[in-house]
Amino acid sequence: MTSASIASSTTLSRRSLLAGSAAAAGAFSFGFAIPLTGEALAQGVTPEINAWVVVHPDDKVVIRIARSEMGQGTLTGLAQLVAEELNCDWSKVTTEYPTPGQSLARNRVWGNFSTGGSRGIRESHDYVRKGGVAARMMLIQAAANEWKVPAAECTAQKSVITHKASGRSLRYGQVAAEAAKLEAPKDVALKDPKDWTIAGKPLPRLDTADKTNGKKIYGMDLKMPGMLNAAIKDCPVFGGKVKSFDAAVVRAMPGVRHVLPVGESGVAVVAETWWQAKTALDALPIEWDEGENAKVSSASIAAWLKEGLDAPQAAIGNQVGDAKAAIANAARTVEAVYSYPFQNHATMETMNATALYTPERCEVWTPTQNGEAALAATAEASGLPPSKCEAYKIDLGGGFGRRGAVHDWVRQVVLIAKQVPGTPIKLIWSREEDMTHGRYHPITQCKLTGALDKDGNLTGLHMRISGQSILAGIAPRSIQNGRDPAVFQGLNPPGPEASIGYGIPNLLIDHAMRNPHVPPGFWRGVNLNQNTIYLESFMDEMAHAAGKDPLEFRRALMKNHPKHLAVLNAVAEKAGWGKPLPEGVYRGICQTMGFGSYVAGVAEVSVSPEGKLKIHRIVAATDPGHVVNPAQIERQVEGSFVYGLSAALYGECTVKDGRMVEENFDAYNVLRLDEMPAVETVIMPSGGFWGGVGEPTIAVAAPAVLNAIFAATGKRIRDLPLKNADLRKA
Amino acid sequence: MAKLNVNGKTLDVQAADDTPLLWVIREQIGLTGTKYGCGVAQCGACTVLIDGVATRTCVLPVNAVTPEQKIVTIEGLSPDGSHPVQLAWIAHDVPQCGFCQSGMILTAAALLQANPKPSEADIANEMTNICRCGTYTRVKAAILDVAASGALGRG
Repeated sequence: MTSASIASSTTLSRRSLLAGSAAAAGAFSFGFAIPLTGEALAQGVTPEINAWVVVHPDDKVVIRIARSEMGQGTLTGLAQLVAEELNCDWSKVTTEYPTPGQSLARNRVWGNFSTGGSRGIRESHDYVRKGGVAARMMLIQAAANEWKVPAAECTAQKSVITHKASGRSLRYGQVAAEAAKLEAPKDVALKDPKDWTIAGKPLPRLDTADKTNGKKIYGMDLKMPGMLNAAIKDCPVFGGKVKSFDAAVVRAMPGVRHVLPVGESGVAVVAETWWQAKTALDALPIEWDEGENAKVSSASIAAWLKEGLDAPQAAIGNQVGDAKAAIANAARTVEAVYSYPFQNHATMETMNATALYTPERCEVWTPTQNGEAALAATAEASGLPPSKCEAYKIDLGGGFGRRGAVHDWVRQVVLIAKQVPGTPIKLIWSREEDMTHGRYHPITQCKLTGALDKDGNLTGLHMRISGQSILAGIAPRSIQNGRDPAVFQGLNPPGPEASIGYGIPNLLIDHAMRNPHVPPGFWRGVNLNQNTIYLESFMDEMAHAAGKDPLEFRRALMKNHPKHLAVLNAVAEKAGWGKPLPEGVYRGICQTMGFGSYVAGVAEVSVSPEGKLKIHRIVAATDPGHVVNPAQIERQVEGSFVYGLSAALYGECTVKDGRMVEENFDAYNVLRLDEMPAVETVIMPSGGFWGGVGEPTIAVAAPAVLNAIFAATGKRIRDLPLKNADLRKA
Repeated sequence: MAKLNVNGKTLDVQAADDTPLLWVIREQIGLTGTKYGCGVAQCGACTVLIDGVATRTCVLPVNAVTPEQKIVTIEGLSPDGSHPVQLAWIAHDVPQCGFCQSGMILTAAALLQANPKPSEADIANEMTNICRCGTYTRVKAAILDVAASGALGRG
C-alpha cells in the first residue's frame, strides 16, 4: 500500500484550495503549511514503508501520529519512540497526522485516535515502536537485497545501512522505494529501554519554532476561499430550546448573510467576518424556552448532593472488612464533609470548527482530541455515511478533556454548513459561549468518617461520595447497576490503575449518584482531582487528630504499597520534611495514583495576618514507569500545578436560574505568573509499566496546599475554591 | 476605512470604526498570529506592540489608532524569528499548546525594551497574560535569560 492510494483526489483538491487561499491573502500573506493531510500523503509519490513511517529520497523521515498534539508534547514523544526503533537520523524527522477517514478506509491501521486520559503514549507505545522496528527491518532488507548479502550481516544507524564485511553503505532514502515493496516482517523485537538513544532523552519539542513567530495555524485561524464566519448562541439553560428569534432586526447589519437555527437549541449568525457575525448576534432578539431546569441553582444542587451523603442507596467502589463496625467500635472517630465545584476547561482557544457541506460530502477541520469522534459527529450531523465525510485534525489551543468525548461544536458547524451548501463555514465560540456551554468538571461532595484506636492507628474509613457521574452524562451504557466505576479513580483496590495507596483494615468507599442538569465532562485529571483532595486532606485531619506527623501517619499504612510510598518518600526527602523552614512558612504533603502513574507533592506556603496565601515552593515526584522525554515531563508537571492550583484557588462555575454565571476570565480567574511557585520535579521511573504524565500531578496540587494552609493557620478548608475561604488564623 | 501602519507597512482597511483592532488584524489584514482569547482584555492573547507598548487589542477600537502609530504583531517582531525573546523562547522550549505565546512574547519584548534588567517582581507585575497549559516558569526563565544576555536595551 502506498500513500498515493490513500490520498484521495478530494483531499488533493482541498489542499490545493487552501494553498490558493494562502497565496490570495495579498501583501501580508505568509506561506504556511496547513496540517491537513501532510506533505507525504498529498504528494502521492513517496512510498510509505508502513503506516507509521515514510522515508523520502532525501532521507527526510515522516512519522505519522494518530494522537493529537495539544501542548502536552505527545507529537514529539511518539516520534521519539518510532525513531528510536527505526534507527533514523532524528534531525531529519518530521511528523504528520493521518486523517480518521483514511484510517477507517484502511481498517483502522492507526488504531485509536483518542487523546485523553494521559494515554497518548502509554496506550500506543507498543504498536508505534513495532512500526519503527518493522520499517527498519524492511529498509535493511532492501539494502541487503541490493548487495545480495544476508540482512543479518547489515546494521543501521542514523539512517545509514552498513554492510561491515564489504564496507558498503546506503542511506535510508536510497532504499526506501524498494523497502516499501517488501512484505512487512512478522516477528519484530523491541529494544530494551536501557539501550535507548533517542527515546528517554530530554529532546526539544519538534513543534516550537512556529509557536514563536505567528506561523502556527490553529483551527480559529483557518482561511478558505469564499469562507463565511459564524457566531452562535445556544440556550443558556442546558436542555432549553429556542422559542423564536427575529432575524429581520439584524439582517441588514454590515456583512450579515444568514441568520439560522441550529438544531432546537441554538441560533447562529453567518457573516463575512466573525466580528460582524458576533455583533449581529448580540443584537439579535432571541426568546428561549428555558424549561424546568431554569429553576436549578447552586444551592439547590448542593442540597441534593448533601442528602446523598447519608442516603441508604450507594454503589460500592472499594470494600475491605467492615468499616461501619470499625467506626462503631472505635476509640475515637473523625468526621468531615468536603465539596468540589463545577469548573470549565477554559482552553485558551475557544471551541471552533470549519465545515464544508455538499449533498455528496461533508468535511470538517477542527482542533480535536479525538479525530475519529470528530468524524463520527460530522457523519451524524450531516446525515452522510462516514465514508462520505472527513475530519481534518488541527493542533489544539488547549484541550484538557473538553475536545475529546463530546464534539458539540462540530455538530453545530455541520448543521450550519448544511444550510449553506458549498460554502465553507467557520464557527467560533465567543469566550462567553465557551464558558457557559462547557462540559464541566463534575460536582461532588464527600463525607469521610475515620476510626482510630486508642494508639491513634487508623482502623477503619468510610468515604461516601455524593454527586455527579461523568459516564452517566457521556457514556450511559458504561453505567452498570447504577455504578460508575470511574467515580472511584484513585480509590480503587490494589492494581495497575488509580489504586488507593493505603492498607486500611476496614474500608468502605461508596457513591450516591446525583446528576444535575449541568453536563459533565472529562476535565484534565478527572475524578482523581477531587478524590485526592478528599482522601489526602482527611488523612491529614486524622493524623492531627491522632497526634501524629502526617508523613509518619501515612507511612504506617503503606507497607504493602511500595510505589506509592516511594514517591511520597522522595518528595519528603527533597523538600526536607521535618526540617526547619523560614519563619511563617509551612509544609503540606500528599500522594496519589492515577493514569497509571504514582505522584506525590509537598507544598510550602505562608499565610499573611490578612489571610493572603503565598505558595513559595512545590516539590513533586512522579513514577510513570518509563520516561520517553524527561524535559517534557518536567513541563507537564509544572503545567499540572498551574492547572491544579488554578482550580484550588479560583476554579468555580456557579449556577443561577439553570445557567452558568461566570462568563469570562474576569469572573473565572486562573493562576497567573505572579502566583506561580517554584516547582522542583523528581522523575523516578521504576520500569515495568507505562503510566501517563499529563494529568496525575494535578491531583496533588490542591491537597498539598490545603494541608500546608492547615499547618500555617489551623484552618481546615473543605470547600473549594480557596477564593471563597477566609484564611486568617483561626 | 482606516489607515494603519502594521509591521512597517501602511495599509488601508475596511472595517466599522468600532471594530476591535484585534479583528481588523485577524480578518481584514489576515495576520492570525494575534489571538482571540477573551474579548475583555483579561488574557493578553491579543497583545500587539503599539509604538513599543504592549497593548491588548480585543477592546481597542480601530479608530482609536492613528495612521502614525506603529503596530507590530508577532509576525513583524523580527523578519526571521530571531528576536532575542523569540530565540530565548526556543532555547527554553517555552510553548506548550502555544496559543497564548504570541501575546506572551510581545509582552516580554516590550517589558525588556523598557526595562532591560527586570527583577522577578517586575516580571510578575508585567506578565499578566493567561496561559492554561502552565508555561509560567519557563516564561520567567526565558525573560531572565534575555535580561542576563544584555541582548536588548542597548539601542
